[in-house]
Amino acid sequence: MGVLTLACFSSLVGSKSLDFTLKLAKTAADKGHTVNLWLSSNGTMIGKAHQKHLKDYSHAEKPVRELLEKGVQICECEACALARGIQKPEAIEGVQWNAMHWYLAKIYSSDRVLHVGGE
Amino acid sequence: MADIKLAFVIQRPPYKSETSTLGFTHAISYQVVEMLLEDGQNVIPTVCLVGEGVLNLIKDQKAMENYGVTSVESHGKNSLLVDLDMLVCKEDMERFGLAEDRLLDAEDMGADKKLQIVPYAEIQKVLEDSNHLLFF
Repeated sequence: MGVLTLACFSSLVGSKSLDFTLKLAKTAADKGHTVNLWLSSNGTMIGKAHQKHLKDYSHAEKPVRELLEKGVQICECEACALARGIQKPEAIEGVQWNAMHWYLAKIYSSDRVLHVGGE
Repeated sequence: MADIKLAFVIQRPPYKSETSTLGFTHAISYQVVEMLLEDGQNVIPTVCLVGEGVLNLIKDQKAMENYGVTSVESHGKNSLLVDLDMLVCKEDMERFGLAEDRLLDAEDMGADKKLQIVPYAEIQKVLEDSNHLLFF
């Protein structure tokens, strides 16, 4: 089994890139791969708890919790989150907060890296 | 384990989105990555500016005056200050009519590194030699 590190910089709402990234993470984890997920820029909104699942909008809280249960390491950029008004107490439990070197360190040990850019 | 080479390919223009800034800041973070690695492990980054990405390097940006934010220019200068190799596509500079003297340097900050304006073929070699490519 391999180690896959994903990064996503797109927002939860307004783009399907984050949905795609979560589904890819789940698929890889289900196959037994080790998966790391780095969230930066608008991608950090994924880590906020108490998202309301309106049918017209993408919803990530449930899949994020499922990924965490599968052992996927999820980390978001603390500065990006704070700049968007997301405070740590509001974050989904289990989502790590760190800086960009976390991503580079995970890349170091990865067999594959998929970097899903922002807008 | 061997060193891991990462190419940060910045292709987006400044200010239209946050993307190019994040390219610089992620590359700069190599400075502290050793905190999370074992002894002997190393990340070697190279920043490659291609396409509209070369516009990030124009000097005398007025981002603080206009937008109230740190300029992309300052991120570029900080990248040189922390000894990042920064390759700038010569053909794309010509396409935008940019002469070398329009681009930033970080001599005033004491940086030893300078921008390296090179043909795209040289950037291609770096990409092929890298373990992972990160597009911004």
